[in-house]
Amino acid sequence: MSLDVVRIKKDFPLLSRTVRDGKELVYLDSGATSQKPYQVLDAERAFYETSYAAVHRGAHALAEEATIHYEDARSAIAGFIGAAPSNIVFTKNATEALNLCAYAFSNATSLSRQGAGSRSIDPRFILKPSDSIVISEMEHHANLVPWQELCAKTGATLRWFSLDDEGRLDLSNMDTLIDSTTKVVSIVHQSNILGTVNPVRAIMDRAHEVGAVGIVDGCQSVPHMPVDIASVGADLLMWSGHKMLGPTGIGCLYGTSEILDAMPPFLTGGSMIEMVSIETSTFAPAPQKFEAGTPMVAQAVGLAAGVRYLEEIGMDEVAEHEAALTDHTLSVLTAIPGVRIIGPSTTFERGSTISFVVDGLHPHDVGQVLDNLGVAVRVGHHCAWPTCRRFGVPATTRISPYIYNDESDIDRAAAGIIAAQEFFGVAP
Amino acid sequence: MNLESLYQEIILDHYKHPRGQGLLDSPLGSAHHVNPTCGDELTVQVGVGSAGGLVVGYEGQGCSISQASASVMSELVSGHSVQDAETFRLAFIEMMHAKGTGEPDEEVLGDAVAFAGVAKFPARIKCALLGWMALQDAEIQSGLLTNQSEEHSP
Repeated sequence: MSLDVVRIKKDFPLLSRTVRDGKELVYLDSGATSQKPYQVLDAERAFYETSYAAVHRGAHALAEEATIHYEDARSAIAGFIGAAPSNIVFTKNATEALNLCAYAFSNATSLSRQGAGSRSIDPRFILKPSDSIVISEMEHHANLVPWQELCAKTGATLRWFSLDDEGRLDLSNMDTLIDSTTKVVSIVHQSNILGTVNPVRAIMDRAHEVGAVGIVDGCQSVPHMPVDIASVGADLLMWSGHKMLGPTGIGCLYGTSEILDAMPPFLTGGSMIEMVSIETSTFAPAPQKFEAGTPMVAQAVGLAAGVRYLEEIGMDEVAEHEAALTDHTLSVLTAIPGVRIIGPSTTFERGSTISFVVDGLHPHDVGQVLDNLGVAVRVGHHCAWPTCRRFGVPATTRISPYIYNDESDIDRAAAGIIAAQEFFGVAP
Repeated sequence: MNLESLYQEIILDHYKHPRGQGLLDSPLGSAHHVNPTCGDELTVQVGVGSAGGLVVGYEGQGCSISQASASVMSELVSGHSVQDAETFRLAFIEMMHAKGTGEPDEEVLGDAVAFAGVAKFPARIKCALLGWMALQDAEIQSGLLTNQSEEHSP
């Protein structure tokens, strides 16, 4: 493996702690959230210690400095996916970013029903009961529930790509699923439960053929592989900061200039306006139009430091490292009798997030035994309950490594699974 | 902290050999509860037997703690009055909130004292309470219990 994991690990103070009576920690839950290197922690602290003030207002030196830091962070984060800074909106998290998108449709629909006055409402965002929204059966609840709610409010119909037994999208009916009634196509880039990497370019192209808005959930792809927004072809793409070394409380939404201009705002209030009278208001151009209130300035600064950290390693190297770990994980897990992978069984078009079930054991109990050995994994439905139902399991255990994990971490998890089988007396 | 303090023999035994599993033919009340963080599901049903005591049925899928707890619960309350079941339930909830301190009353809780160690694992408390919460709900649905004794759940 090309990554110097031993050196990288030293940058992450938390990873040197012990858990459960002195056991060395093996952190394999980065699909939920990543740990933070000194570089991120230091950047946030230094910003608070030297340049902190409100941004985009005030004429004093600190306000200027803080604004420069905030906008520099936006540039760095935009550059990470090959976007221009004005195409990046900061949100609280990726869930908020998805809601921002869904609310653009419900707000446009409500405004059009009221007769929007002098405001022009882009018809692409107005939904009728005969319209459809297309997602997939492997979406995180964040890319499912907001669309269910939008359908409930507008009468539109929710459609979805189903999955095959390997956990891949069934694209055979793409041209009928995405048809002239489709207004939104919102698909996950890499599944947070199955690890499947989806052919989002082809799906976005089909969305555009029918004039639909194309959205990609990049939460599990942007932190783990090189993502170039031009090759994804999405109108909107969101991801969270905390899964890629950044602080909690910041998410990112990329939008094309044309789409961001056309979308009505989500949250309204201070900072997002152009002109306000007591009767009515006009809005600032994007991205400010979508950043009402005091933004997450220190979090943006911290996330930019995370982006720089990843760029220094190189995203190609990150992806290569994870591909090698995926290969290793798949082979050690499938070598354990009674373990079944839920998701693609090969490294082809698949990320390092690997879900599995153990015959005769509930994931909670597997996770508990692993935890007792110092190995942190995720158990449950991973906010992808319909995906679990598709595979007939109530939940899975999930290993999700990152740049600070190596094969020995995977081996400790595998040993823990065998220990769980022995403890519960279910070893085949 | 060791695994045995969580997974007591009694718990493992109830998990592998659940008592009283299955639904009732004609329940007076039924409640379906889920643990939304892990997807565990449990249906608990109540009725009244010929001798006047509670009859409890249950069915679901979940981890060893939630399944064993439902099994112990059904064994403990079956044949008892609703008032007795409430005493058991409140004692069980108190034990779950004790963070592993204090001595649970074995006279009252019987096999259920085996779950005292679960209280030291905050993520598992909900698993242990699932059956008991569903029991209370089923009793309320059946009219056997009024809502006034509603407990604050964690």
